[in-house]
Amino acid sequence: MKVLVTVKRVIDYNVKVRVKPDNSDVDLANVKMALNPFCEIAVEEAVRLKESGKVSEVVVASIGPKACQEQIRTALALGADRGIHIDTPDMPESLVVAKLLAKVVEAEAPDLVVMGKQSIDGDNNQTGQMLAALLGRPQATFASVVNLEEGKAVVTREVDGGLQTLSLMLPAIVTTDLRLNEPRYASLPNIMKAKKKPLDVTTPESLGVEMTVHTRVLSVEPPAERSGGIQVKSVDELIDKLKNEAKVI
Amino acid sequence: MSDYKHPYRDAEFILNELVGFDQLCADAGLEDINSELADVILTEAGKLGADVLAPLNYIGDTQGATLSPQGVVETPGFSAAYAQYVENGWPSLTAKEEFGGQNLPNVLGTAVNEIWHTANMSFALCPMLTQGAIESLVHHGSDALKENYLPKLVSGEWTGTMNLTEPDAGSDLAAIKARATPEDDHYRITGQKIFITWGDHQMTENIVHLVLARLPDAPAGVKGISLFIVPKFLLDEQGNPAQLNDVSCVSLEHKLGIHGSPTCVMSFGDNGGAVGYIVGEPHQGLSYMFTMMNHARQSVGLQGVAISERSYQLAVQYAKDRLQGTRKDGSRFPIIEFPDVRRMLMQMKASIEAMRGLAYVAAAETDRVHSATDTSQAKHHQDRVDLLTPIVKGWITEVAQELTYLGVQVHGGMGFIEETGAAQHYRDARILTIYEGTTGIQALDLVGRKTLMNKGTVLSALLDEIAQVQQELAASSALQSEARALDTALTAAHDALQWLLDNAEKDASVAGSISVNFMMMMGYVCGGWVMGQSALKAQALLSAGQGDSAFLHSKLITSAFYCDHLLPRATGLLAVIKAGSQSVMSLPNDQF
Repeated sequence: MKVLVTVKRVIDYNVKVRVKPDNSDVDLANVKMALNPFCEIAVEEAVRLKESGKVSEVVVASIGPKACQEQIRTALALGADRGIHIDTPDMPESLVVAKLLAKVVEAEAPDLVVMGKQSIDGDNNQTGQMLAALLGRPQATFASVVNLEEGKAVVTREVDGGLQTLSLMLPAIVTTDLRLNEPRYASLPNIMKAKKKPLDVTTPESLGVEMTVHTRVLSVEPPAERSGGIQVKSVDELIDKLKNEAKVI
Repeated sequence: MSDYKHPYRDAEFILNELVGFDQLCADAGLEDINSELADVILTEAGKLGADVLAPLNYIGDTQGATLSPQGVVETPGFSAAYAQYVENGWPSLTAKEEFGGQNLPNVLGTAVNEIWHTANMSFALCPMLTQGAIESLVHHGSDALKENYLPKLVSGEWTGTMNLTEPDAGSDLAAIKARATPEDDHYRITGQKIFITWGDHQMTENIVHLVLARLPDAPAGVKGISLFIVPKFLLDEQGNPAQLNDVSCVSLEHKLGIHGSPTCVMSFGDNGGAVGYIVGEPHQGLSYMFTMMNHARQSVGLQGVAISERSYQLAVQYAKDRLQGTRKDGSRFPIIEFPDVRRMLMQMKASIEAMRGLAYVAAAETDRVHSATDTSQAKHHQDRVDLLTPIVKGWITEVAQELTYLGVQVHGGMGFIEETGAAQHYRDARILTIYEGTTGIQALDLVGRKTLMNKGTVLSALLDEIAQVQQELAASSALQSEARALDTALTAAHDALQWLLDNAEKDASVAGSISVNFMMMMGYVCGGWVMGQSALKAQALLSAGQGDSAFLHSKLITSAFYCDHLLPRATGLLAVIKAGSQSVMSLPNDQF
C-alpha cells in the first residue's frame, strides 16, 4: 500500500509571534520555521505503518516557496521515501491547497492520505475535509487510533462527546490529532540519507490548478494585552460591569 | 528548574560567518555537507537535548550514581536517554565512514557536542570519554584491536574510559605505578586508578578501559609508560562480551558537582590481574596521550561554554520574571531593568558569545589540518590548534567560573537555594578548571611549549591576524570604539609576549609565576578577535539587508559590551605579568 502524507512549513511553536506594524500579517521575517506539529504526527503514523509492513511506500508532499523543501527533507529524515514539492510564491489558502493535493492524489493514487488536522498558524481545520470532498472519498478527522485492514481503515476519532470509531473504505483521508502518536526524533544517519532521497518539484500550472484567491486577510492583531483587574464592592456592581463594560452577559 | 533551548542563531552565525562552514566543507572534499545540512542537524540535536537530556540534569544532580554489588548504577533515566542517543546515531557524527561514522567535520561535532554538554553535562561526559578511547584506537591501535573494539565504540553500543590518574600521580603522570606483565598474547594489568569518569555503569554491554601502565623493563619516568585496552568483559570468539575481566569500581567519589557522572576508583587485578592488550608500541603511552590531548582539552573548554550558557538561560528567565522594584505609579518591574543586573547578564552574554566563537574557530582548525593542500599549510593550522588549545581550555573554563557565579548572583537568595537550579551549574562548573589538565598546566603549556619553545613566532602570527581585524574595525565608522579597545589590548599582548621572551630565561620561576595571567590575557584578546569579527560580519549583513536584523543588532551591542567591559582586562593583566616572579616567590614557606 502507498501512503501520501502532507506537511506544512509553519512558525516554530516555541517562537513568540509578532504582528507586523501595519497589521497586515504575522511577522515571519527570519523567524524560526518548523514542521507543523500535527503534520509531524502524520509523518510518524505513516512511517509506523510502513514499519509494520502494511505500507510499502510513504510519499510526502508540501506546498509553498522553496524553503519548505526543508520540511520535506525533515520528513524524509523521519522515514518517508520520496518527496513532492509544489512550488508556489506564497502559502495558498486551504481550498487551493486541497485542489493541488487532489491533483497529486490523482497522479500518485495512494491508498491512504494522512494529514495534520490543522496547522498551528491558520488553525483552520478544513484542508483534509475539503480534499476528501473534492475527491469524493471518505474522511476520518481528529484520529487518535488508525488501523489498516484489507481494503479499509478503522479509525478512532476524538470528538466532543468522547471517542467515535469509523470504518472507511480505502482510499480514504485521515487527519491526525495530538494523541495519535509521539513522533520520533530524526536520527543522524537518516538525516544524512535524506539528502539522497528523491524530491520532485512541480507547479500549480503543471498540475492544472488555478491559484484563485477566495479569501483575503484584512488585518491581524495581537491578542489584547492583559490589563489589571479591579475589585468590585458588591454583586450588583459585578453584574453591572459584566453587562455594561465587559459586555459578556 | 532549568529549561534549555539551543541558541541556534548564534551557533549558525558563528559557523557561517566566523568559521566559513561551507568553504571548510568544500576544502575538505565534503560536497554533500553544507550549512543547510548543519542547520538540520543542529535542530534535531537541539530537540533531543532539550526534550530528553535537559530534564534529567537536575535528577542527575540530586540522585546521582550509586555503587551496588553489581557495580555502578547510573542516575535513573540516564540509561533510557543514552539508548535514545545511540539509537539516533549521534555518537558516530565525526568518526570516519570506515569505522561506521558519518565523517562530518570536527567543528560540526563541536557545535553538536555543545548541545549535549549544555543540556546535561554529567550525561555528556560519558560519550566524551568514549571519544578519547576511540581516538587512541584510531591513531595507534593495531588492525585487530580496531576491528574488535572500534565499531561498537563508534556506534556508542559500548562506552570507553581513560584511566591515567593514580593517588600519587595526577598532574605528574610520570609517577604512575600501575603494572603490565606480559602473558601469552596479552598482558596482566594490576594497579589502582582514581577519578575515572564513567568508569562503570549499566547502560551498555561492555566498557572499554584505556589504561596507562608500566611494562616490567620500562625506563623510569615519562618514557616508560605504555597504553593498554582493558575491556570490562572479555570478548568471545564472535567478538561479543562474555567473561567479566578482573577490573571493578571499588568506590564512587562524593563530589561538589557533576553528581550524575560516576567518578570511580578502579581496581585492576585484585584477582590475578586484568587482561589487557597493548595499544601501539611499548613505552609510547604518554606520546599517544598527546595525540588526543588537543581534542580532549578543547572538549573541556566547550564544556565551559556549555555550562555558562545553561546558567545564563536560567538567569535571564529569572531576571525577566522576578519583580523587585516599584515605580512611583505603583507598578512593579522585573530586575532585568536594574542596570547592575543587566550588566551581569550582558557580561554573561558577551563572554559566552566570545567563548563559543573561539571554541568553534579552534575546532575548525583541526579540520583545516586534515584538508591542507601542502605541508606548510598543514603545519600552520596544526600550530594554530596547538596554540589555541590551552587558551580554549584554560581561559574559557576560568571565565566559566565567573559566569556561573553571576548566574547564582542574579537570582539573589533564590540562587543559593538548590531547587532553583543555579547552584548546580555553579557547582558543576568547578571541575572544569581542574580536570584534563589544571589551569596551571594549561598556562605552562601555553607559555612553555607553545610560546617559548618557538620563540613566540606562533603567537605573533596570531596577534598579526588579530591586528588585521583591528584594522578593518578602524576602517568602519560605526566600530571605532571597538577598534580602539582591540588596539589597546593587542598592544598589551605584544608587550607581554616580548616581556616573556626577554625575561623567562633570566629566572626559572618567571614562566610559572606569570603563566596563568598571560593565558588569561591572551584569552581576552582572542575573545576580542572573535567579537571584532562578529561585529564586522553583523554590520555587513545588516548593510546588505540580510539575516535576522534583531539578532544582528544584538550582536553589535554585545560586541560593544565585550570591547568595553572585557577587553580592558588585558591591560590590567599586563602590569601583573610585568611584575614578574619577585613577590610571588620571595615569601618563605614557613611564613604562609
